[in-house]
Amino acid sequence: MENIISLTINGIDVSVDRGTSILEAAKKINIRIPTLCYHEDLCVAGNCRVCVVEAEGYRTLIASCATPCEQGMKIKTNTPKVRNARRDLIALLVSEHNTQCTTCYRSTNCELQALASEYNIDNDIYMSILKPEHLRIDKSSWSIEKDDSKCVRCQRCVRTCSELQHVNAITVAHKGKDMKISTFMDLPMNEVVCVNCGQCVIHCPTGALTERRYYDDIWNAIGDEKKKVIINTAPSVRVAIGEMLGYGPGASVTGKMVSALKQIGFNMVLDTNYTADLTIIEEGNELLMRLKKALVNKEEVALPMITSCSPGWVKFIEHMYPDKLAHLSTCKSPQQMFGALSKTYLAEKMGIEPENIVSVAAMPCAAKKFEANRPEMKSSGYQDIDAGLTTREIGHMIKQAGVDFKELIDSDFDSLMGDSTGAAVIFGATGGVMEAALRTAYEIITGRDVPFEKLNITPVRGLEGIKEAGILIDNCLPEWNFLEGVELKVAVAHGLKNARIIMEQIEAGTSPYHFIEVMACPGGCIGGGGQPIPTNDDVRKKRIKAIYDEDAGKPIRKSHENPEIKKIYEEFLVDGPLGHMSHKLLHTHYTKRNRY
Amino acid sequence: MPHTKELVEKLVDTYGRSRESMLPILQDIQRTEHYVSDDAMVEIAKQLDISTADVYGKATFYSFIDTVPRGKYVIRVCKTIVCEMHNKSGIIETLENLLKIKIGETTLNRKFSLLYTNCLGWCHMGPAMLINDEVFTDLTPERVREIIAIYKNKN
Ligand code: SF4
Ligand code: SF4
Ligand code: SF4
Ligand code: FES
Ligand code: FES
Repeated sequence: MENIISLTINGIDVSVDRGTSILEAAKKINIRIPTLCYHEDLCVAGNCRVCVVEAEGYRTLIASCATPCEQGMKIKTNTPKVRNARRDLIALLVSEHNTQCTTCYRSTNCELQALASEYNIDNDIYMSILKPEHLRIDKSSWSIEKDDSKCVRCQRCVRTCSELQHVNAITVAHKGKDMKISTFMDLPMNEVVCVNCGQCVIHCPTGALTERRYYDDIWNAIGDEKKKVIINTAPSVRVAIGEMLGYGPGASVTGKMVSALKQIGFNMVLDTNYTADLTIIEEGNELLMRLKKALVNKEEVALPMITSCSPGWVKFIEHMYPDKLAHLSTCKSPQQMFGALSKTYLAEKMGIEPENIVSVAAMPCAAKKFEANRPEMKSSGYQDIDAGLTTREIGHMIKQAGVDFKELIDSDFDSLMGDSTGAAVIFGATGGVMEAALRTAYEIITGRDVPFEKLNITPVRGLEGIKEAGILIDNCLPEWNFLEGVELKVAVAHGLKNARIIMEQIEAGTSPYHFIEVMACPGGCIGGGGQPIPTNDDVRKKRIKAIYDEDAGKPIRKSHENPEIKKIYEEFLVDGPLGHMSHKLLHTHYTKRNRY
Repeated sequence: MPHTKELVEKLVDTYGRSRESMLPILQDIQRTEHYVSDDAMVEIAKQLDISTADVYGKATFYSFIDTVPRGKYVIRVCKTIVCEMHNKSGIIETLENLLKIKIGETTLNRKFSLLYTNCLGWCHMGPAMLINDEVFTDLTPERVREIIAIYKNKN
């Protein structure tokens, strides 16, 4: 059988591998075919038929996303027949849609709106059959809003939750005209196994699934004279927010972002990277402590230790592996460490009453909203983080404020809690926490730099689902002699599908690792559920590159060398990493939840 | 619900734990319980190690699997166009009067439920309806009264 298929599309010759769809073949020669249910991250569903094309000799139109190329096919993508069919399909979708673009959060970033406008659906060809019972919006979750009246039933969300995340919190219920996207028994989103990752949101073509938005509260706080509104920005926000403000994917706009946030009225613009560095110190020490307990004291400790900075992942393990919570590091995420310190250390140093501080986090993440509202996250005596906003919400705020983003002059983060290292920036990409931890832990143990060129631990970088590395520890400092000759084995997983593989190993007792990094979202935070839409592998790679470029450009690239970190251990967390103060402010505990 | 748990466990022993067993298990529960309760769905999810939403999605896809309690005798009247044109609405009206329930409802004694169904393939003898697995055709209000009288006397 021939493995190369030749065909023509709109008269242009193209050759592709067997199995390539007509849609992909067209893309190869820069012919765009409109799609709706198709997403490059997901398996093909072929249910919307918006991508139909004409093929010579075929009686009916064919769905280009779901049809593999065949030898000698003659495809036409834009004939009147094709255009009419598409227009009809889109008009039908609009007829059952709660078309409220003027007030819709996804307006100007909506695939249905773009199609309707491209196909000039300017009159009511079909009577509206919008169902009144769909007008109820589910706002039960801290993180996710579900509005069935804007759903086109493409099932991208269901495929995402199942294929990428292995959560299956949502499903396709009923059939035909009654078909809808539903949770188990149509329960509210906050009562099911949804982990709030927001991946369904960034894969939804319309405004049917969105993050719950809190920026109006923040505008009010900014307007309140008594309040000091401070914001910390996560590493992956700076390499993605540009996409909402006129830049292409992969633009690093840190300085402009800081300027914009100052201009719109935040009293202090600080860096989550600072507490990312702090996380490394605490988590690195926790790992070494666990190893020591296991190897020297022969105590029962949970190894491998697994990172805990991704709140979607934390809720996932709480639901799916409630008996394995001891494996999670007790460290809070950088967001929550920041919150706790902002209303204690920072308040004290700056002479601000903690009750007047509104602590906001700019995050690539939908699950951070849920995390901020976890009942235990009040270790400062107040709610540590008042609101976690997504990159998209921050982008909207900048637009709402009328800031001309591209013309801004760069500024630096404020201080305290604004200094950070290259090790913190890379938290934004899958593998980054591991790399940062190894840079510090290896140096604590041996007194030397990690044995990788320019500190770049390349085996843990990139988009492969599960990455592994082993580092042989030799010539230890005396205190760490028990690690002499040990090969420290680590793994990195991103996307909960891969997290499940890691956890099945642990359940089976076959996990060969000491330390594992897990991020809920494919690609890590740069691909988070709060990031600009679209996000796909091409975009992920560009954002990742921007992250590593930021790291390479930083004068300090190891967390333990951050001068502000040294300072906080001298002035505030005086009993050191894992000490009493850290325990109170920087560590947490987890909750067993139901899997079914 | 110990009863539900045992029932599902028994069915899993018969049909196995693979995903494909889900449908026969659902069908058996429907047969014995007249509907699949949320407890039963949770138990199936546990036993097959799949999500509860997946079980719900599958159960709601099939018209002949119910996720709300139904009566012992489920009456399904064809609502498709041929029967519609042969006085389906008269049939419905008669049934609603006889049973004192509306379409979609179940009698208080849990004996009858009244539902619509799509074409039953008996268009040439419409209007048609099903009571559980039995088909009744060429319906008239009089015939419906006779049929229901018989069922009312059944256990
Ligand atoms: S989902 Fe899209 S088409 Fe629908 S109201 Fe929102 S912007 Fe308009
Ligand atoms: S937020 Fe994540 S877990 Fe929740 S429904 Fe969406 S994809 Fe599934
Ligand atoms: S919620 Fe969004 S992704 Fe899911 S089916 Fe509806 S439109 Fe598609
Ligand atoms: S995009 Fe091809 S069928 Fe939906
Ligand atoms: S239309 Fe009623 S049985 Fe076919």
